[in-house]
Amino acid sequence: MTTIILAIVIGAAFGAVLDRIGATNPNWIGKMLTLTNLHLMKTILLAIGTGSILMFAGQMAGLVDVGHMSVKAAYAGVFIGGLMLGAGWAAAGYCPGTGVCAAASGRKDALFFIAGGLMGAAAYMMTYPAWESAGLLDGGKLTLGEVPGAGYDALSTLPGDILGIVIGAGFVVIAIALPERLRGGGEAVAPAE
Amino acid sequence: MVLNWKTGGVLLGLVFFLAVLLVKPIGVSTQFVILDAIIADTVNPDLITQTEDGYSSTNAYLAKSGGKYAGNAANPLNYSFVFVLAMALGAFLSAMARGGVGADERKLPAIWYANYGDTPVKRYVVAFIGGFIVLYGARLAGGCTSGHMMSGMMQTAVSGYVFAAGAFAAALPVAIMMYKQEG
Repeated sequence: MTTIILAIVIGAAFGAVLDRIGATNPNWIGKMLTLTNLHLMKTILLAIGTGSILMFAGQMAGLVDVGHMSVKAAYAGVFIGGLMLGAGWAAAGYCPGTGVCAAASGRKDALFFIAGGLMGAAAYMMTYPAWESAGLLDGGKLTLGEVPGAGYDALSTLPGDILGIVIGAGFVVIAIALPERLRGGGEAVAPAE
Repeated sequence: MVLNWKTGGVLLGLVFFLAVLLVKPIGVSTQFVILDAIIADTVNPDLITQTEDGYSSTNAYLAKSGGKYAGNAANPLNYSFVFVLAMALGAFLSAMARGGVGADERKLPAIWYANYGDTPVKRYVVAFIGGFIVLYGARLAGGCTSGHMMSGMMQTAVSGYVFAAGAFAAALPVAIMMYKQEG
């Protein structure tokens, strides 16, 4: 029961924040991906940095359970799937989470995105054996440094928790340093809505 | 108006941190599979079967990892599925609290209107195809923008970086080609 309450509280907070930062709005996604207004990119980079610093600092202070980490495996399909998701994300202006949120906030095109998404997920369920037998799903769960107690293999022998804080700080610095726009001239224009 | 990136970024970071502090990293795209499996199992009850120590399925993807997905579809009242439902509710309440999304935007986003005019059917077809590619890709990758990019990079997961590299390598040229007018 506790886990369900946590799911409701954290899930609702996540949806509300996605709505408030513009991530559920295809106009903001379009501006970010055409590099004409990077406000949302700065938000996302700062969020990754903040989350990383808090999590690894919390682990070092013994306040965050290292066992709560869940690192996904790295394999060739991650890159191929990333390319596919990127193309669809740019075309539709939605990713899985923001598409669901956008539909909930009344955007009609997001309903079509979800319908397409359910079909795409079903298509993957049916074609999964082909990817598996092609060896494109083989890989290990790797972190950049050795996170104490996490049990994951690491790319380097650097201490993973300190490295996580340093990289997190790097994300914050990039978020601050990133200009409002990289393409086109003039001020970065914010979408009307 | 959206939140300033400093406020929004810290708030979003706090949500990702709270998730990993209290339960586990945030992820969304798996739940499209779970909903598919719930629907398919209603139509064809043989899809998901109960075994001695859990669940299995005639579908290899649902049966993998000891039938984890099959089990979640059989018991939808689990953390990850409820999380996505709550996320939709949170977005709805937040949108309502700021006065709701306008009627024009609900029908067509401004960026689409600026590039392709008043062509809702074309937009819905693109959104549908986009959704198909996004979820196929997310399942192939084993995660989406939330699970791989945000949660992954936050945990210094190599997979998160591989995924983000692929996603932006495709997203930037596609967006730049499709949306020439700023809107």
